[in-house]
Amino acid sequence: MSEVAALPPPESAFGRFARRFIEDRVALIGLGLLVVVILVALLAPWIAPQNPYDLASVDVMDSRQPPGSHAGEGFTMWLGSDGVGRDLLSGILYGLRISLTVGIVSGVLAASLGLMLGLLAAYAGGRTETLIMRVVDLQLALPSVLVALILVALLGKGVDKIILALVVVQWAYYARTVRASALVERRKEYVEAARSLGLSHARTMLRHILPNCLAPVIVIATVQTAHAISLEATLSFLGVGLPQTEPSLGVLIANGFQYMLSGKYWISFFPGLALLVTIVAINLVGDRLRDVLNPRLER
Amino acid sequence: MLAFILRRLMQAVFVVVAMVVLVFFGTYVIGDPVWMMVPGDATIEQVGEVRRTFGFDQPVYVQFLHFLGDVVRGEFGRSYVHGTSAIALILARMPATMELAFAALILAVVIGLPLGLFAGLKPEHPAARAIMAGSILGFSLPTFWVGLMLIMLFSVMLGWLPATGRGPVVSIFGLETSMLSLDGWRHLLLPALNLALLKISLVIRLTRSGTREAALQDYVKFARAKGLSQSRIVGVHILKNILIPIVTVLGLEFGSLVAFSVVTESIFAWPGMGKLLLEAIQRLDRPLIVAYVMVVVLLFVTINLIVDILYSALDPRVRLSESEA
Amino acid sequence: MAGPVLAVDNLATHFFTRDGVVKSVDGVSFEVKPGEVLGLVGESGSGKSVTGFSILGLIDPPGRIVGGSIQLNGEELVGRSESEMRKVRGKSLAMIFQDPMMTLNPVLRIDTQMIEAVLAHDAVSEKAARARAAEALGMVGIPAPEERLFAYPHQFSGGMRQRVAIAIALLHRPSLIIADEPTTALDVTIQSQILAEVQRICAESGTALVWITHDLAVVAGLADRVAVMYAGRIVEQGGVDDVLDRPCHPYTQGLIGSVPGAHPAGARLHAIPGSTPSLKHLPQGCAFAPRCTRADAACAVAPPITMNQGRAYRCFHPAAQAGASA
Repeated sequence: MSEVAALPPPESAFGRFARRFIEDRVALIGLGLLVVVILVALLAPWIAPQNPYDLASVDVMDSRQPPGSHAGEGFTMWLGSDGVGRDLLSGILYGLRISLTVGIVSGVLAASLGLMLGLLAAYAGGRTETLIMRVVDLQLALPSVLVALILVALLGKGVDKIILALVVVQWAYYARTVRASALVERRKEYVEAARSLGLSHARTMLRHILPNCLAPVIVIATVQTAHAISLEATLSFLGVGLPQTEPSLGVLIANGFQYMLSGKYWISFFPGLALLVTIVAINLVGDRLRDVLNPRLER
Repeated sequence: MLAFILRRLMQAVFVVVAMVVLVFFGTYVIGDPVWMMVPGDATIEQVGEVRRTFGFDQPVYVQFLHFLGDVVRGEFGRSYVHGTSAIALILARMPATMELAFAALILAVVIGLPLGLFAGLKPEHPAARAIMAGSILGFSLPTFWVGLMLIMLFSVMLGWLPATGRGPVVSIFGLETSMLSLDGWRHLLLPALNLALLKISLVIRLTRSGTREAALQDYVKFARAKGLSQSRIVGVHILKNILIPIVTVLGLEFGSLVAFSVVTESIFAWPGMGKLLLEAIQRLDRPLIVAYVMVVVLLFVTINLIVDILYSALDPRVRLSESEA
Repeated sequence: MAGPVLAVDNLATHFFTRDGVVKSVDGVSFEVKPGEVLGLVGESGSGKSVTGFSILGLIDPPGRIVGGSIQLNGEELVGRSESEMRKVRGKSLAMIFQDPMMTLNPVLRIDTQMIEAVLAHDAVSEKAARARAAEALGMVGIPAPEERLFAYPHQFSGGMRQRVAIAIALLHRPSLIIADEPTTALDVTIQSQILAEVQRICAESGTALVWITHDLAVVAGLADRVAVMYAGRIVEQGGVDDVLDRPCHPYTQGLIGSVPGAHPAGARLHAIPGSTPSLKHLPQGCAFAPRCTRADAACAVAPPITMNQGRAYRCFHPAAQAGASA
């Protein structure tokens, strides 16, 4: 239906984006949750009742206490305690720090690597493109959990190794997305214009094509970060991820597994709940971002 | 059609060769392959002996050719832990994994398709919104944690279903299955549901978006203009159109089910090859790991190939454009 | 004299979108007599297709028929339940769509799509239904119909697909067919073939036809009467020669003026100044006034329908006196 659209009041791109984002109440809840999760993770040392790394403050006598018990130190363990007597709430707050750090660091590294290779593929074309995209296809054809599992099997345990494995399984998604949108952008006139002005390849790519590819990358980044956090937890749960000295949420859940069959559910349940809330919050935000940033869906 | 199959076959071979190269570099070059051959407490003399015997003092390309020969013969050495042929161990555990993955696939379709259809036909209905919220949750729930919660709820608290293991296995037409007895199903249900969770969400989303798109098409409006009943329009006109992409995606997802069964099998102590892989990783049983990777890659490539060919056979439009090309 | 096949009275179909109410059809009235061909003319967005879909009851949310009456063979259609409408659709009231490439389901064979249409209204055997399908295909000029039944839609050309769609519409010998620009998407030569075919079949079977189009040339060759729509309203209707030769409404006049071929070669075509108004922000009064050379202060009020010797128009300043000899 052809109609003359009424002129909307002038609005900044970000203002328009923010306005569209908050139209969806569910997404707003997701954003709120995400902010809370990040805040408590950052503030863990100040708000946690106990420092789970400080062995002096942990009493084995407090182990496997149900939620609401009182610790020997006097504070209430609202979520109970784990197998060695650590307050579970404190463990979760500190675990969240590790899980988020691993997820975000691997996400940023993978995004950078994927961006560079994706842009290179789109811009260079020819053999370079074929080679990069073949590797991307190969990577995407294999399930990430399996690739990560095999990688950590070869590399061994540790935060750095987990991050490396997560980067390896994620970069291809970014590369594929960036290449696709860069190819679209490349054909547009302003790129021709930039080139005809004599701008260098690198400059054209970074200053002109890259900013226009960012919207899909942001969407992918949310989904992939949630995925990375979940994957790290899975690997740690399986005993091939982070070591006991870096107790992420996955490690906490794994530690509680052995007690679960005897009915002591909380040791696995609450860290899992924290993990779930984190991932759901990121996914809700990501879902909305996709709707808002995807111009095809705009009406 | 023949040209199409040949082209796909070439791509499949490329993937397998690429994986062989990657596995070779991953296990032989990055790690010292000698450690795959000797027990952990070997002396330096023993290590040197093995190095010479297996030719690891030779140039890389010679070693690669040897490895290639081993792969072609399906020979990956003996498992350290079990002391028997690695490939034989993997193959012996394969039917259990296949059964689990297959059951999960069935569950995904049986649960996901009706829910997705409903959500697609009545997108504004509160139940449809609940289904979609549930599918976001399904994508977000970490598989392993859901497994734990299923055990906690149905095995520990309610006591309805066994927490671990596989039911009695019978062999029928050469296929081993535990699906023929009630006890077998009782053991299968929880792990299959756990494994299916992600795919249920996937099927719901695919079905919903496919249904919404198809419902807007002229042919649906024309079908309504013909005076057809709603059930005929949904059951024939819409379903037949969305089934092709769903079947395709599900076929491709079968491989990821096999991969994810590593997690599910280890939680539910399901005696499949995924559990075997995890044990191999924990004990650094490298021949077993290499054998697993090669078997799974071959499985993947085969599935993708079959799905692609089936897809072109299913969709009359693809069929035609291929025969004209 | 028999009553009209179709009597539409003061029909209003509105779309309640997030950005406001779109009055796609707003007070449309017309009648179609048995065997008559009515050309419903207008630009895209004028509401002519929505009128067609309203008659079949195929308006989906956020759209809704908000008022008026539609009578088919004397029976009211507005307010009927979906299942009651289903008994009419395809039976006494059929529709042909604009794009033949989209109207047939690509993954179902032609026979499936024709037989189901027969069985939707008649309890006959599948064999009998197949025979009827083949017969209908033969009627629209498709050679070897029994064999072609086994084909998929993509094995037909656009023109052939439209013939299949017409055959489906004819299966139950409806008293009225609504054709929504069925030839627009086709080549010109195919277009004229299809036009001739439809004209012949309708004349033979006594089927009335509402032919929705933006193409005045088609209307001139096909229709008995014509109704011109602008911004959700019929601005002028009457006998086809009457209206085309002596348009009363300035908009009709503008439409005719913008058709090539209505002028001597080399003469300038007259484009109507301005563009179709947004249906969300219709001007008070006559919707055409902002583009009209004759508009004055009186046009700030919506003009009522003026009836004059078989002509009806909504204008205070008609260009020609209806009925006056040229």
